[in-house]
Amino acid sequence: MKILTGNDLVTGDVTWWTGEGWSRHIEDAKDVGDQGDILAQVEEAARRVNTPYVIDAEATPEGPRPAHIKDRIRALGPTVRPDLTLKPADPNAGSWVI
Amino acid sequence: MYKYDEYDHSIVAARIDEFRDQVRRRLEGHMTEDQFKPLRLMNGLYLQLHAYMLRVAVPYGTMDSRQMRMLGRIARKYDRGYGHFTTRQNIQFNWIKLADTPEILEELATVEMHAIQTSGNCIRNISSDQFAGAAADEVTDPRPWAELLRQWSTFHPEFTYLPRKFKIAVIASDTDRAAMRLHDIGIQIVKNDAGELGGRIYVGGGMGRTPMIAPLIKDFVPFADFISYLEACLRVYNRYGRRDNIYKARIKILIHELGADKYREEVEAEFQAVKQLGIDPPQAEFDRIAAHFAPPAFETGLSDAIDRSDPNFAAWVDQNVSAHKAAGYAVVTVSLKPTGGIPGDASADQIDIMADLAERFSFNELRVTHAQNIVLPHVAKHDLFRVYQMLAHAGLAEANLDLISDIIACPGLDYCSLANARSIPVAQKIAQRFADLDRQRELGELKLKISGCINACGHHHAGHIGILGVDRKGTENFQLLFGGSGAEDVSLGKITGPGFSEDGIVDAIEKATNVYLAQRDRGERFVDTYRRIGMEPFKEAIYG
Ligand code: SF4
Repeated sequence: MKILTGNDLVTGDVTWWTGEGWSRHIEDAKDVGDQGDILAQVEEAARRVNTPYVIDAEATPEGPRPAHIKDRIRALGPTVRPDLTLKPADPNAGSWVI
Repeated sequence: MYKYDEYDHSIVAARIDEFRDQVRRRLEGHMTEDQFKPLRLMNGLYLQLHAYMLRVAVPYGTMDSRQMRMLGRIARKYDRGYGHFTTRQNIQFNWIKLADTPEILEELATVEMHAIQTSGNCIRNISSDQFAGAAADEVTDPRPWAELLRQWSTFHPEFTYLPRKFKIAVIASDTDRAAMRLHDIGIQIVKNDAGELGGRIYVGGGMGRTPMIAPLIKDFVPFADFISYLEACLRVYNRYGRRDNIYKARIKILIHELGADKYREEVEAEFQAVKQLGIDPPQAEFDRIAAHFAPPAFETGLSDAIDRSDPNFAAWVDQNVSAHKAAGYAVVTVSLKPTGGIPGDASADQIDIMADLAERFSFNELRVTHAQNIVLPHVAKHDLFRVYQMLAHAGLAEANLDLISDIIACPGLDYCSLANARSIPVAQKIAQRFADLDRQRELGELKLKISGCINACGHHHAGHIGILGVDRKGTENFQLLFGGSGAEDVSLGKITGPGFSEDGIVDAIEKATNVYLAQRDRGERFVDTYRRIGMEPFKEAIYG
């Protein structure tokens, strides 16, 4: 699948296109098919996202998982600071990242 | 400590006003990211993997307690409770919100700090010896020279859009604690036969994709010609440096292609023209600057004795305490490399504690080192034990300076958008493998440096052992290098052979240290043995 990601303009947070808007949680990301680039342009122009780009991901029962390690790290947070990730209470949260 | 004059205050204030307006226009949609990016970068604001990152300058690595406390405040109020000290003697905050940035810069300005010259193709924040003003072996304090260069280079209209970024280091002793010859310009302040101070100028060093050691360009430039000569060095680069290819744009490539002799000739010719402009400051101006760096009022008659009855304290003294120029005083290096920690990271509370210690025990002064540690430059020896105890209480008394666990590691793929691989977990695994301090001491001085990509922010070329993270078909892979040094025995590391996985590289390093232990001659460090016996015995052990 193809998913669309970027950073929030104001906070810098990593965000994912949900089909309707942007979420910090990759589990909300939706397949954009071949619409990614056009969506990116529209959303960037509307200042709802900064530097969006389309990536390859694998659909899994737990949600999309980016093909590249960089985006997997972006999806959760720094691997060396579990306390600062999106799921600080879950010790296994990062099992799919590396 | 240098104190801003009216001019410094007004240019920093004007820059903040300008940036506040730029941020407003960006947020209101009057500017695209492409238009805004170069403007935010000029104010130290990057966009990294997880958030905006603000890089704050610590000119020549010197700070006072008030400034250090401000860094703690920024970490607590605007970030997530910590900061990352970098190999450029700066600090980075990893979780900054765009809208907060003007306010942060305003707060920084109240303690004479800013984020100017921390990005862009300008002359960057000047770096220096972290022991400046305290080192027993310096001919003079290099910081007045560095401050002079800061004033000369800040917003220099001719050098704001150089072909590439430009880094200058200034030291004043034969011991190089600043990787001086791995800078675009490295300056050693020396005394000539007549007893006058001047600069020995090396140009064209650097790490990154094409590492080079700067050749000597001029043996002695007296103060009276100092700024003119450097202006000439920059002008020749600005004229001939390549702007068509980012990978060939640094001055090291120009000098490599021209040859040092031809470059020197060009600089000499340019210098004759520049000299007519009268841009060299009068001695009185230098003296005015130097007065800010006058040594603090050291007590006299202090004892040099240190009670070493606590073995942990004695170990820390042996490793982390260095000779001071004043009798009864010592230089303390606070390690930001606890076993399993993140090299260079300090929590807001730790930052505050170091600020408090500086205020109580080090005449208010602190330094940031390029090895990502903090220095308390002027501690009376009779206070060392108390300082040690307070550091230990804050988790800051690791006795590992210059040992294998005192690892330089860039943020790597955990934070950096340019990274190929993670640096920090590798550093943590190595530190854990060699956690036994006795084992580390047995290995002696061993500088291990890790970069998460070819940009070499982690100085991997200059490590006795260097590690470079690469991307091998989407998987992290680590190349190993031996034999580099950023010190006065400067050299560039050589790649051992095929790369390793994260665990594989830790094993390889352990095997290499075993070769060293088996083969070393008396008094040899790891790098000395490597230089004597060459790569082969190490390769055999690692790949055999
Ligand atoms: S060396 Fe590469 S990965 Fe490391 S901080 Fe520099 S640019 Fe980022």
